[in-house]
Amino acid sequence: MRISLKWIAVTVMLLWSFSARAVLTIEITRGVDTGTPIAIVPFSWEGPAKPGQNVSDIVEADLARSGRFAVLPRKDFISTPHEDKDVVFKDWRILKAEALTIGSVRSAAPGKFQVQFRLFDVFKETQIAGFRYNVSADLLRSVAHQISDIIYEKITGEPGAFSTRIAYVTREEPPRGLPPVYKLQVADSDGFNAQTVVRSAEPLMSPAWSPDGNRLAYVSFEDRRSKVYVQNLTDGRRELLAEFTGINSAPAWSPDGTRLALTLSRDGNAEIYVMLLNSRALKRLTFDPAIDTEPSWSPDGRDIIFTSDRAGSPQIYRMNASGGSAERLTFDGDYNARASYAADGKSITFVSRSQGAFRIAVMRLDNKTQQVLTDTSLDESPSFAPNGRMIIYATEVRGRGVLASVSADGRVRQLFKFEEGDIREPAWSPYNRELQYKE
Amino acid sequence: MKKRKYLAVSLLIALALAGCAGEEATKPTAGDEQGAAPAQTAPATDKSAAGAALSDQEKQRRAELLAQRRVYFAFDSSTIDDEARAIIEAHAAHLVANPQIKLSLEGNCDERGTREYNLALGERRSQAVEKMMKVLGVAGNRIKTVSYGEEKPLCQEHNESCWRQNRRAEIVYK
Repeated sequence: MRISLKWIAVTVMLLWSFSARAVLTIEITRGVDTGTPIAIVPFSWEGPAKPGQNVSDIVEADLARSGRFAVLPRKDFISTPHEDKDVVFKDWRILKAEALTIGSVRSAAPGKFQVQFRLFDVFKETQIAGFRYNVSADLLRSVAHQISDIIYEKITGEPGAFSTRIAYVTREEPPRGLPPVYKLQVADSDGFNAQTVVRSAEPLMSPAWSPDGNRLAYVSFEDRRSKVYVQNLTDGRRELLAEFTGINSAPAWSPDGTRLALTLSRDGNAEIYVMLLNSRALKRLTFDPAIDTEPSWSPDGRDIIFTSDRAGSPQIYRMNASGGSAERLTFDGDYNARASYAADGKSITFVSRSQGAFRIAVMRLDNKTQQVLTDTSLDESPSFAPNGRMIIYATEVRGRGVLASVSADGRVRQLFKFEEGDIREPAWSPYNRELQYKE
Repeated sequence: MKKRKYLAVSLLIALALAGCAGEEATKPTAGDEQGAAPAQTAPATDKSAAGAALSDQEKQRRAELLAQRRVYFAFDSSTIDDEARAIIEAHAAHLVANPQIKLSLEGNCDERGTREYNLALGERRSQAVEKMMKVLGVAGNRIKTVSYGEEKPLCQEHNESCWRQNRRAEIVYK
């Protein structure tokens, strides 16, 4: 993986050594049984030492979490084939499986593994996909997520988003007398493989992925006030982009990666600006005595949506990315904020207050229908997966900040349960097309 | 000229005090380390005529107000209520009487609502206090404003009694 820098590797090793057990469990808090029935036979293992990662377990968890599959229980399996010649389709038709996945992991050389998998259409009795991967042990999780992506795409016709990452901020409460520890972390889309990108004794905020997935913009209070930085994940270098008088906040990348929209109060009031990244030239887009903040670009780069309380309460507006008049998009309720687009540009997700609770909502932009997806009370920072099917967000469970995800139709929800700390502000990465190992 | 300004400020304070006479401060100040009286320069050093005319009871009341370094706000609001006004007026008078003192005003929010919006709201709160201090005669170049949004809560629980402590502007003397 590209971000396996030496210093990140050290951090990860430390994390592992402190908590050799699972740091994270994912609990499906709301599920459906209407997805495509799929059987995933546990992959066979050949070799002296078992790898640390169970590939078929990871695939099964990915698919179950997506809400698009009904994963059949292993205890019902009549046979457990690992090679195509051993597949008896009748065994799977009895279980009403529509798809079947088999595979194997072999120890190829010390530290090297060969992973094979096949996906079958049970009714047509044909193979739909089959790939072989030769990878080192540290990439087995990535391979599992790629297998999940292939299965997802072959069955649903839409790309999967399992091989993506999430960025988020953690806050650890220290022993008395010590300052808290804030970390900006990047993990796989299932919350595993967490790597620390920034560590600070002062708050960190607002991580935003560059469109190529190689950089993160964020806000740091390390100088006792908000400043915007951009950090390269491949080499760890970072640049200070905005330290104007007042607040420097809410960075959002243009889809072409050349500009950053951000909120500055250098002229006395929170307004939205666009900065050209190569020249650092600034253009002010909003001119309103209200708070204007939380900009987000439409995927075609033409529009920017943002939060403004110009009508008396925070609501979501849309304007041309070069500025001009703004159209109000939200009218339900007295608090709608921090909107961002789905990758197809047809819907947005945002925080909406209903009955005193802050929840995650989506709106279709063609007919402006608004749907609340969650039923908890302190939900924030929603972010679409790049395939638009899931939304990750932050919520609170028993006094702690945790991450959760919900399918874009609201039918499937799950909680990411980290063992400690307060987790907030998840941001889902774009697709990472560089992570492909299949043959 | 200067004296007239002092007089005006003192009168304003006197009026404010009259307005909320008998009211007890009910702010959560328990365990507030910063709440100790500001430096050694007590408001008694204000030698203006009106200042001298304050009764002992009023002086006491003013010292109490000056000991408070936090003013509180309603949800999604930067409106200064009467209670906050009295505190800000006491500090403004102290600052006018002691022109060497500089300060920063730190705006904060409760956890509800979105973080970036709250960062702007926190700034608006610090600016509301700044604006009032300027009206009361404190030079703008003595005041710095900063917003921490919802990132520096005083109280970590998820309920209104906590939230009301967190929706605040802090007056921090340099």
